[in-house]
Amino acid sequence: MKITINGSEREVHADPWARLLDVLREDLRLTGTKEGCGEGECGACSVILDGEVVNSCLVAVGQCAGRAITTVEGLARGPEALHAVQRALVACGGAQCGICTPGIAVCAAHIVDTGQATSRDKIRQLLAGNICRCTGYQLIVDAVEQAAAEMTRK
Amino acid sequence: MPRVDGVAKVTGAARYLDDLDAPGCWYGATVRSTVPHGVLEGIDRDPSFDWSRAIVVTAADIPGKNMILLLEEDQPALVAIGAKVMHVDEPIALVAAPTRELALAACRAVVPRIRALPAMYDIDASIRREVLLYKDDNVFKEFLIRKGHASDGELEAAFARAHDVIDGTYVTSAQEQMYIEPQAMMAEWRDDKCFIVGSMQCPYYVHKAMKPLLALGPSDVVITQSVTGGGFGGKEEYPSMLAAHVALLARAANHAVKIVYTRDEDIAATTKRHPCRTRHRLAVDATGEIIAMDIDVVMDGGAYLTLSPVVLSRGVLHAAGPYRCPVTRVRGRCVATNHPPHGAFRGFGAPQTTFAYERQLEKLARRRGEDPFALRSRLALRAGDTTSTGQLLGISVGTDEVLAAVAAVAGPPPGREPAGAPTKRRGRGYCFYFHGAGFTGSGEARLAGRATVAYAPATGRYEVRASSTDIGQGAITMFTQIAAAALGADPALVTVIDPSTANVPDSGPTVASRTCMVVGGVVDRASRLLRARIEAGETAPAGGELAETVQYEPPPGIAWDDATYTGSAYPVYGWACCLVDLTIDLDSYEVSIDRCVQAIDVGKAINPVIVKGQIEGGTLQALGWALLENIVYKDGRVANANMTNCIVPTFADAPEMETILVEVPYPFGPSGAKGVGEIPMDGPAAAVANAVGDAIGGDFDAIPILPEVVAAHLRGRS
Repeated sequence: MKITINGSEREVHADPWARLLDVLREDLRLTGTKEGCGEGECGACSVILDGEVVNSCLVAVGQCAGRAITTVEGLARGPEALHAVQRALVACGGAQCGICTPGIAVCAAHIVDTGQATSRDKIRQLLAGNICRCTGYQLIVDAVEQAAAEMTRK
Repeated sequence: MPRVDGVAKVTGAARYLDDLDAPGCWYGATVRSTVPHGVLEGIDRDPSFDWSRAIVVTAADIPGKNMILLLEEDQPALVAIGAKVMHVDEPIALVAAPTRELALAACRAVVPRIRALPAMYDIDASIRREVLLYKDDNVFKEFLIRKGHASDGELEAAFARAHDVIDGTYVTSAQEQMYIEPQAMMAEWRDDKCFIVGSMQCPYYVHKAMKPLLALGPSDVVITQSVTGGGFGGKEEYPSMLAAHVALLARAANHAVKIVYTRDEDIAATTKRHPCRTRHRLAVDATGEIIAMDIDVVMDGGAYLTLSPVVLSRGVLHAAGPYRCPVTRVRGRCVATNHPPHGAFRGFGAPQTTFAYERQLEKLARRRGEDPFALRSRLALRAGDTTSTGQLLGISVGTDEVLAAVAAVAGPPPGREPAGAPTKRRGRGYCFYFHGAGFTGSGEARLAGRATVAYAPATGRYEVRASSTDIGQGAITMFTQIAAAALGADPALVTVIDPSTANVPDSGPTVASRTCMVVGGVVDRASRLLRARIEAGETAPAGGELAETVQYEPPPGIAWDDATYTGSAYPVYGWACCLVDLTIDLDSYEVSIDRCVQAIDVGKAINPVIVKGQIEGGTLQALGWALLENIVYKDGRVANANMTNCIVPTFADAPEMETILVEVPYPFGPSGAKGVGEIPMDGPAAAVANAVGDAIGGDFDAIPILPEVVAAHLRGRS
């Protein structure tokens, strides 16, 4: 099947019932997407599938044929051109151990890019599917708020 | 300075253990016990499984001693046939195969045969020795602290003089660390040497445990930390178990072998915070001065000793709290049960006993009709006072500073019955607390942690070599800052190398809020000495380096007596005050945190953003422990071993945090810094319980305060 991943069309040979997470990590070696629970609770495996954030541990790869996926590796336009959310997460201290960070970066980038980061409460609601055990969330909310403000100024 | 590893983490480039490629790597899985107590009579292999594609390892395949060495030799790497099974999910055998699926299938095809014995889960049953699990009394460790009295009779005489006595019993539950990267480890053998890499806090703990197990010399086993996705104590002792398992599998398979726990397995089998029951009696005179305290702490250690004695030690040393009291007795016991072993978790015994004493102080305030904040301020320890071990407090006592910081922002308490919301109740709670930084007593002197700083003139670069791991708390960044400042160098020229026992000296474990204060101090001194040599014009051998290795020396005047448990329990303490405002919904019985203020005296915040992140993360773990985190044990098994049912706070559960960094410098820490990692975990649970009581009345002496607890209280009252 053909899947567009981070802007490039890829030919994927996999059992259609394989978890998208495993295909990304093992077949395509896109290991930025993490597995924290395998049951859709922690959000560490979040990716964007046709404009919607999904838990890639709950998606069968067969459902992705002909569709477009963005992983954390696709957020930045090169090492010198991080997404505003990634820059803000570094600047604000929103990443600690970092294992939840790719999922949060993907989800937060989607929220910011679609103009949904309108308040701190809204940011908290929309990120409630991503668990972080290190930060207490405050500095992540600060980062998303800062990235949203930067996008608005542009 | 932003985190050194920040960009790698936000782009997904950071490689955790499961992201690492090893050519021809096999996958391992663990066959576990299904009963809480019994005798392993045999291990059966399903004959219908194709065993040509997988290997099985049992205790019989261990080349050295079958034990996970840390404090005692009581915990095996695998239960041997004929030996005792001590808890559900205890490792019995191991399998490995070229794919994960095959390994899991092989795991299901190995069936332990266990003759069940009576099991025991209750601490009182353990004290009564209903089933004998450990030595002749089930007691892993006990402590007795006496201050201001020589006998129980003298203690009771002090209580007999009391104007009033507050007597309460407090229960805190097990807590799962819930690092988001599950336990993960990989091993490979080359030329009879074993190379182990994985997610861990303490490479030298793993090294210590592997030498006797694998019957190898110190240079024949190399332990390297991979980028670690959280630890919080959960990767302090348990990684030695995984290391043993991958090492044995890799040896038998003749391939690299990786084990990555599933979330359910990780919750079910690995260590958690010790459940604890504390009885606290507090005597006051007519003026409200505390004249005596008697505290009895009992922790459930689970099936093996692990780090329980040290956890209990910290628990009892904090049990009397940061309050003046001339006559104090603290007793502590940690006892064996057939629960999976409990172990290290941020705070390390102190959160349990802090909950008890801060509930007691709250009750005292209520009994006397005194403002709870003013009462704490009136009774708090200050420089010139002594702790329960007789330690005379002198330097870096931040009591007045943290209390003033909270008073400045507290504002009026929320109205108990908010206007326009008849089904809501609001309350405010405080907690004043302290936390000893670094190892207990003479621990740091005994450990003598070392670190090296080196300069390579050919490249103009510096290297920091320490075994302290970055588990998210920012050790790499903090060491970079300390070294660069002391060397007078651009931080971009400083590299903190990945900890591997082949390349770094033993700086001690990454625990006990000691990495910045103790190891950071050693890095600071090594950097200064190295700078002096460079500035004196010393030259390195061709292609070589100038290196300075420094060993930790305790500050002067630190004297501790292990026999009597008296003296300087810690070189210095962090001081903290927490304020919580919350709302209780009388229809849904939910408690939501409206406000959480933490003012914490950290000595000096070397990187304020990182310190703030540490405090807020620890605070939320404590709020979760108070309100919603709950390990449900059923017949010795974790009944909610998955993230759907074993919940931790989300973005939506967390309040906006008000974090106040207070800096009362510690002259023997780098730039005045003292520990910060654990302290924020100790206090908020009591502040929550105090606030719930303020909102709806009653005593909330056990956590978690789940909605059903609130419901039972409200229904009982009406």
